[in-house]
Order: sequence, then C-alpha cells, then structure tokens
Amino acid sequence: MKYMFLIYNDASRSPKFGTPEFDAMMGGFFAANEKMKADGVMLGGEGLQETHTATSLRINGGKVETMDGPFAETRETLGGYYIVDVPDLDKALEYAALIPSAEFGTIEVRPLMDYNPAG
Amino acid sequence: MTTAPKAIAVTKALTRVMADDRGRLLAALVRKFGSFQAAEDALQEAGIQALKHWGRSGIPENPQGWLLKVAGRKAIDAIRKDTTTQNTAKSIAVLQEEVTEYEEMDAIPDERLRLIFTCCHPAIEHKSRVALTLRTVCGLTTKMIASAFLDAEATMGQRISRAKTQITQKGIAFEVPEPHQWDARLDTVLTTQYLIFTTGYTREDALGVTLCAEAIYLTRLLNQLRPDDPEIEGALALMVLTNARRSARIGPDGVIAPTPDQDRTLWDLDAIAEGQSLLATAMSRGKAGPFQIKAAICDCHLTKGGPDWPQIALLYGALWEFEPTPVVALNWSVVAAELGYVDEAWQRLSGLADQLRGFQPYHAAAANVLGRLGQVDAARNEYDLAIAGAENTADRLYLERAKAALV
Repeated sequence: MKYMFLIYNDASRSPKFGTPEFDAMMGGFFAANEKMKADGVMLGGEGLQETHTATSLRINGGKVETMDGPFAETRETLGGYYIVDVPDLDKALEYAALIPSAEFGTIEVRPLMDYNPAG
Repeated sequence: MTTAPKAIAVTKALTRVMADDRGRLLAALVRKFGSFQAAEDALQEAGIQALKHWGRSGIPENPQGWLLKVAGRKAIDAIRKDTTTQNTAKSIAVLQEEVTEYEEMDAIPDERLRLIFTCCHPAIEHKSRVALTLRTVCGLTTKMIASAFLDAEATMGQRISRAKTQITQKGIAFEVPEPHQWDARLDTVLTTQYLIFTTGYTREDALGVTLCAEAIYLTRLLNQLRPDDPEIEGALALMVLTNARRSARIGPDGVIAPTPDQDRTLWDLDAIAEGQSLLATAMSRGKAGPFQIKAAICDCHLTKGGPDWPQIALLYGALWEFEPTPVVALNWSVVAAELGYVDEAWQRLSGLADQLRGFQPYHAAAANVLGRLGQVDAARNEYDLAIAGAENTADRLYLERAKAALV
C-alpha cells in the first residue's frame, strides 16, 4: 500500500537554522531518507518552504480567486511529505517514526487513494 | 423426531456454535479472505444454510467445520460475483485454493490472536476498539454493545461498520505485532480489555456482569494463546481479584462499600486465590509492567486488618515510572492522605486541578482530602461536583453520606 506522511510542525518549536539541534534534526532526516531508500520503500518526498511563501487558489462561480497565504492559518503547518510503498500500516508507522520532527510536531499517515484496486 | 422439535434442536445447536465459536470461525475466515465484512457476511449466510440443511440431514458431527466450509464457499462466490475485487492478487490466490474441510474443531487454525490485535489496533479509536472486540471476538450483539455505551443501536452499528472499513482502508494488517512492537501493542489490547471490565464493573445490572465476564474471558483467551507473558497474567490477575469482590461491592444499604468495610464472607475466595497465584507467577518472571503493578495494588487492598497503605504508596511510585499520568498522581495523593500526609496530598491534588477538573474521581478525592484538612465549605463544594458526576446510585449515596458527615 502507498502512504503519504504529512509532516506538520510549529515553526516556533522547530530547531533554528545554525544551531546544533538543527544539524541533529537534518542528520535525522538524512538517516531516515537513507533507510527508506535502502529498504526500497521511498517513492518520493520533499520539504516545503515556509507558509508565508504559499499562494492559495479557488474557483468561485467560474472565476479563479487567488489568495496570499496557506489554506488555513494554523500554528502547526505542513512542512513536507514522504510517499512510501509498504505492506501495511504498522510498517508505515515504523518508517514515519524515523522522521525527526515527530519529536516536536505530528506526522499524519494517510493511505493514498487507489484508483486501480485490480492493479 | 417430528418437524417442530427437530427445528428447535437445529436452532439450538446453531445458536450454541455461534455463541461459543463465532470468534474462532470469523478469525479463520478473515485470515483467508482478508476482509472483516466478507467474513461476517459469509458466516451469516452459512448460518442460514445450516438451518436448512441440518434440519433435513441432521446436525453434522463437526458443525464448526461444516459452517467454515460453507462460509468459505459463500465467500468465494461473493468474490466471483464482485467485479471490483475479481482480479486482485488476494482474490486470485483465494480462488485457486480448495476450500479445506476440517474434520474436527481442533484442526481449524486458531487465528484469534490476530483477530484480537487487529480489533485493538491503536489506529482505531478507543471506543471502536472496544465495540469491535466485543462484536467480533466475543460475539456480543450490536444491541448489547450499544446498551453498554448508552448509545442507540443504529449509532453503534455505524461505528462498528466504520471501524471494519477503516481496517481495510488504513491498511491494518491481520497480524500479530512483531517483537519490537509487542509491548506497546499488547498494552493497547489489555487496556481495551480492562476498559470492557471497568465498564461492566460500575454497572449494577446483568449487562455489567456479562461485560466483566467477557473481559475476563478475553484475557484468559489471550493468556492461553500467548502463555507466559507477565503483563497478560497481571491484567488477568487484576480483573479476577477485582471481580472476586463484586458481590460485596455494594453494602446491604445500597451504598458502595470501600474494601475494608466489605463483608468478606461475600468474597469469592477461589477467585482471589487464582488472582494471587497469577500475580505471583507474573512477578516471578522479573519483568515489571503497569498491569502487574495495578494487580499488586489491588491485592494490597485485600490485606486483613485493612489496606497496606505504605506498600500501595510504593507501588504507585513504581506505576508512575510506566504511566506518569494525572490519574496515577491523583491515586497517589489519595494514598498519601491515608498515610497521614494530608498537606502533601492536597498540594499534589491542587496541582492537578487544571488537568482533572470535571473528572469525577478528582472531585471525590479533593472532597475527601479537604474534609481531612477541616476545610468544610470547600469540601462540600467538591462533594457536590463529585455527586453530580457519580456514575451510579451506590457511588452517589456513598458521597452524599460522606458529605453529610462533614463537621
């Protein structure tokens, strides 16, 4: 099954760039990437820039409305994601637990929609 | 035999098999077909077939094996008819296999350990874990489960059905957890079973007795399927020791009786002996855990001449290492007050107020400790809150009496 790990965290609680804690966190991400790649489960993953860089869009009565900012102004924001392919939820949770920001944020684990169950 | 008594005998036989072995049959079917819903539907259809065939040809020698075989065929028919699942790897594998006919019940693979761990997966909401376990492993009706939760039957039906869908959608495997996940996953299972037990223990009706019996049955089953695990033994000891005093829990005046005030002649001494022996075995394994500690605390309440408070205080300290929760801190405060450390108890309790306000046992404990401190008005206030939140009449009467005794 394919799962997406949505990495949510509160920027004010994340380690600051240039601190030893930040380096340790990046080391943790690097180790998680290596492990998921070595195990052949990682299909992709990226970090996102901060929410002030976000632009949101919706179509209202056929007209495109563009707004500055993220979908919702919340303290914990989406900071990145992984997509993995593993046999079951327990395996997915095991990999999600490797993500270092789980120590101060939350990792939401969601199965991807399967459009071709016969596949 | 004429038709009517024959039909009655068949119905009785089927009801008995479904009551005793439904969990085992269902587990075997889920294991094979990978879906809770498909397994339940197939078993239900097999039951309908049984009423017809057994009536005509007599009750088979191994009714469980018969039901499993017919359910297996029904499930395969369902897969063949369902075009959306027709070509999945799992269905192809299933369709190529023969339906095994088991000659005797013991030959049916016992997959209930997987069933229990799947129903109690932490990715399922805790109330749904309880409901799903009672429905699938114990075979309780949705109506009974709804009544245990004071829910409408339809609401409970939706909850159970949603939980079954979630197992498939979230990709929860029908597996026993791997060794490195064992402790955490077992704790979720035992907590679910203990929740069934406490839900039953605080009820004064027949359903309460049933729920306690089901919780003990489940934990015994777990102990049988996975022997020599100290936490399983500890949880079983805790439930058995608590249940042994069920008849003495409420005094003849209808008021809840604290353990030292209970009529000991009403205690089930065989059950107490069993619980103590389970606890001793668990502790001899040298791997402490929260359920063993809770069972030991329960045991310390049974001491002749009153609870062994110093030992209980030490045990709560040990429990804190596993569960540093406000509820454990609350219980420790009550013990501290019993030992005469009333100021310390109040200090700890008042520090918990923000977290536990509205939690009935907190108000009952605060009332007790404030009473000991001579703060009568504050104590009355807390008693009022505790009385308003009391879960049953016996508890409420006890609190009202304690409130009236304040001087």
